[in-house]
Amino acid sequence: MLKNRIIPCLDVKNGRVVKGINFVDLKDAGDPVEQAKIYSDGGADEICFLDITASNENRDIIYDVVKKTSKKCFVPLTVGGGIRSVEDINKLLNCGADKVSINTAAVENSKVVIDSSKKFGSQCIVVAIDAKKNGDKWEVFTHGGRNNSRINALKYAQEMEEKGAGELLVTSMDRDGTQAGYDIELMSKISSEVNIPVIASGGVGNLDHLVDGIKLGKASAVLAASIFHYGKHSVKEAKDYLDSKGIPVRI
Amino acid sequence: MNVTIVDYNSGNISSVINSFKEVAKKKVKIEVTSDLNKIKSSDKVVLPGQGSFKSCVEALKKINGLTETLNEFATTYKKPLLGICVGLQMFADIGYEETETKGLGWISGKVSKIDNKNGRFKLPHIGWNQINIVKESKIFQNIENNSHMYFVHSYEFVPNDKNVISATTDYSSNIVCSVEKENIFGTQFHPEKSDKIGLTLIQNFLNLK
Repeated sequence: MLKNRIIPCLDVKNGRVVKGINFVDLKDAGDPVEQAKIYSDGGADEICFLDITASNENRDIIYDVVKKTSKKCFVPLTVGGGIRSVEDINKLLNCGADKVSINTAAVENSKVVIDSSKKFGSQCIVVAIDAKKNGDKWEVFTHGGRNNSRINALKYAQEMEEKGAGELLVTSMDRDGTQAGYDIELMSKISSEVNIPVIASGGVGNLDHLVDGIKLGKASAVLAASIFHYGKHSVKEAKDYLDSKGIPVRI
Repeated sequence: MNVTIVDYNSGNISSVINSFKEVAKKKVKIEVTSDLNKIKSSDKVVLPGQGSFKSCVEALKKINGLTETLNEFATTYKKPLLGICVGLQMFADIGYEETETKGLGWISGKVSKIDNKNGRFKLPHIGWNQINIVKESKIFQNIENNSHMYFVHSYEFVPNDKNVISATTDYSSNIVCSVEKENIFGTQFHPEKSDKIGLTLIQNFLNLK
């Protein structure tokens, strides 16, 4: 039986791990390579790096981080943040990333998704959707949540599937950093609309939220940062808890 | 011992390289090349593969003499060869991804899309699934039945001779996830991404006499 995945996410800025609250107020919490290794040894099903380095001159640091991590961690490694082109993807994959997650570039130029999934295979193309509720629908945001594209998130999810995305990483902007739980309605709607796996993200504050993301949100995988990050829970605890709730996990 | 990972522009092989180097330490020399002479002189070959069946077969053919060299390696000299993911799928006679494409024909059978049972099963089949070992295989030494391996694929290899199947996994149906035919080994899952158990499998392959 296929297991639901638990994916710890590390926000990386200038080569260091941080985690934002609603995308601002960053706290420093360590070396990404060591963190990733702790997670993979602890049973993480995948590791996700989100590079939030703003300045161009520090952009290349992430390549070095990915290179070092991929020599130590033998579980899938997804890297997102600042990816603009097929060439950027190529570079990350060559450094040892197994998947890349594309956000702004996919909205602005969906050809990146088409071309990269053709070139490298859909299996390594994750489209990240940052969505915020507006009335009875959700809109897609870009640039780390700063710009509203006004695109309908549900339609966009379907479009990305057609264009070659292998998975969707769906983050609720309303919930991210709040620890109030995933936006279950958003997750389950998108998950029902597409035939590719959905990774739920944004808002995890306790282990029940992970359970809800899978059971109610119909996500194939759950991504979380702070609950693992500050030692609140270990990945193992999370897995044991999900297992106790009847969710299939790799233990 | 020399082990060659065939680099034929089949997509991302850095994880395969990293994992083999991790296991090999200094005892085994890992070459990453498409150089025909180096392949010929190696003791073992790893054939990775990402992307579509069609794109991988085309990438193999683009390198002059590579298909013939691999054929000779696997079927004339019968030296150990491990195919991973699409690398395994290419053992088949024919694949149906994108268009009908001829495979290497080492293990008779076809590669077709996994039945998603009207959308009940999401594709790609991504994540950790358990393997059901149906035949003793040298590459499964010290690997327990029902171990978890990491999968990413939408197509499955359906061999004609079921005796070549060494393990299956349950997703929509019993999908063939490991085959062994004499010196030819293949895994649909990614040992290089399957944590310690995956590294054990790689170790077993490197240990093969």
